[in-house]
Amino acid sequence: MDNDVKEYKQHLLRAIQLFSGSVSLMEVCGTHTMAIAKSGIRGLLPPNIKLLSGPGCPVCVTSQGDIDAVIVMVQHKDIILITFGDMMRVPGTHSSLQEERSRGADIRIAYSPLDALRVARDNPDKEVVFLGIGFETTTPTIAITIEQARREGLNNFSVFSLHKVVPPALELIFSDSEIKVDGLLCPGHVSAVIGVKTFGSLARKYHKPCVVTGFETLDILEGIYMLLQQLKKEEARVENQYSRVVKPEGNPIACQSMERVFQPVPARWRGLGMIPASGLQLREEFSDMDARKRFDIPEIEEIPIKGCACGEVLAGKITPLECVLFGQACTPLNPVGPCMVSHEGSCAAYYRYIPTKGRS
Amino acid sequence: MTQERILLAHGSGGLMSQRLIDEVFKQAWRNEIMEAMLDGAILQVPAGRLAMSTDSFVITPLFFPGGDIGKLSICGTVNDLLACGATPLYLSTAFIIEEGLPLADLRVIAASMAQTAREVGVKLVTGDTKVVEKGSADGVFINTTGIGIIPADIDYRPQRIQPQDQVIVTGCVGDHGLAILARREGLAFSTPVVSDCAALIQLREIISQYGNAIRCMRDPTRGGLATVLNEIAVQAGVGIHVKEADIPVAPAVQGACDLLGMDPLYMANEGKMVIFVAAALAQSLLNDLRRLPQTQAASIIGQISAETPGMVLIETELGAQRILGILEGEHVPRIC
Repeated sequence: MDNDVKEYKQHLLRAIQLFSGSVSLMEVCGTHTMAIAKSGIRGLLPPNIKLLSGPGCPVCVTSQGDIDAVIVMVQHKDIILITFGDMMRVPGTHSSLQEERSRGADIRIAYSPLDALRVARDNPDKEVVFLGIGFETTTPTIAITIEQARREGLNNFSVFSLHKVVPPALELIFSDSEIKVDGLLCPGHVSAVIGVKTFGSLARKYHKPCVVTGFETLDILEGIYMLLQQLKKEEARVENQYSRVVKPEGNPIACQSMERVFQPVPARWRGLGMIPASGLQLREEFSDMDARKRFDIPEIEEIPIKGCACGEVLAGKITPLECVLFGQACTPLNPVGPCMVSHEGSCAAYYRYIPTKGRS
Repeated sequence: MTQERILLAHGSGGLMSQRLIDEVFKQAWRNEIMEAMLDGAILQVPAGRLAMSTDSFVITPLFFPGGDIGKLSICGTVNDLLACGATPLYLSTAFIIEEGLPLADLRVIAASMAQTAREVGVKLVTGDTKVVEKGSADGVFINTTGIGIIPADIDYRPQRIQPQDQVIVTGCVGDHGLAILARREGLAFSTPVVSDCAALIQLREIISQYGNAIRCMRDPTRGGLATVLNEIAVQAGVGIHVKEADIPVAPAVQGACDLLGMDPLYMANEGKMVIFVAAALAQSLLNDLRRLPQTQAASIIGQISAETPGMVLIETELGAQRILGILEGEHVPRIC
């Protein structure tokens, strides 16, 4: 059995290597980026097949201004902030959550938003804020958490929402003439929630093939192979490689919970700028649990980091290796931009897994 | 019934301290050296070189599947001494206890230390206890320091590693790190993951037969296997090339790590050893290791190369080669 799988992978790899045209494919999801780097797929592709990393790491696409706003909140308000671990080290303009914690801010790492509710219950005299971040994959769990807090009548719990949705960013990438993307490996987990229809519309509108792809090495090889087959036949439709998890209609229950709690608003993405209807804000009826409003946190002007090319990397305009800071001034230990911090950031993936410049 | 708990007075140095030492520690650890109750332990040691190692244990939770902080505090220091090529002889221990710790927990921990020490054949010969205010510690912190004697012909050092030497890991990696994470965060998996916490004393008999064909050993605790390999690559000034497919990882650990976005190669182990051995004897050592229950999943995971000094490269299942880097900062689960 194991040997069959191994052989099939090698077979797929050879078929991919035989493709003759010159194409750029984009993997949208950060988990894909990491899996591709870890398995070494990129290095095994011939030079005529380029894999670009897209804006699919929620930490990386969070704008500098939003991170600064969260830091202002923990500096000035007496709160317990609950966050996923990845956010701790992301540098704001002057500080990071990790630094704020060492100065005494009460910042705790959680594995599930429901942990935040437990903290809120255990500390009724403290304000507990959950830092909500992630795409359609994580947002439903936050929505359910907010509804649960409402049902319990927890009045010391709120959410600072940095949630975003993926399709508007892909639309922007497809319509940008500077970015050459011939096909998309669509995010498997996001598709498990929103289904495949949205990607079908994108494929037709921009005439680019899309394949919803899983995260095992075998999935990714199949996804690439399926994209190449479509390109060869000059087709542009959505295919579902990850059908063992992704149903065509997605997960309606998860979508409904998201819609009950959140509404789309324009949001600023690092590197891509303001994108209409790409952010998620708590609806009016939950606005008392919107930490931005509850603590009156102002919008903070974005101050670009000098030399940092995370924006171009996220848009697929350059690879991390083309950034002048990569591996020199910017390393996982001393990250300048978020793509080097996040586990799933393209720069971190390149740095960790590819023997190249900046190493001695 | 109210539970008996540690009070600040237990650390006062007065009657309550004495009672705590008599009833909890001396009771469990009984040996003639400790019972002399001097300001320090007076030891009879054979001539030769001594190895000495110290470690502090600050684990949450104190009790976890596969062990507890007491057992861990013995195994950790014993394994460090073994990695130096030493036969562990004596341990000292120091407790920093948080006010309010149930006395029953402390008793279990002391008994667990005594039992592990007995199994390994080391003596706990001197100790110290301090109590700090509630909130100043997390239950109990334990330090152990150990000494052991190194046979005259043994010289384990990374600098002795040569190209072509083989790298053996004595079993599946990542169990302890995942078991602790799962217990701490209340994560439940269909196959429960148990810490590998163990003193690798059985290893001594085997490795002693291989003398200096064993170049060096290292205990892959914090930072996991990947971190140890990187440390050795730098210290020895060699390249280490390993194969992903040959590194043993329990399916439950691999599955849980995939789910959380973590890597078992960076997760802590508390009962494993990485052994660097001359190529000619690697297979024979592996066969011997596989005969022991503690090390039956041992595997040759790679070899030493004169190329790429200071770097660890891993060959993936697809046949690609990539860097296996050192862990930076905290190892945290992913968001999506």
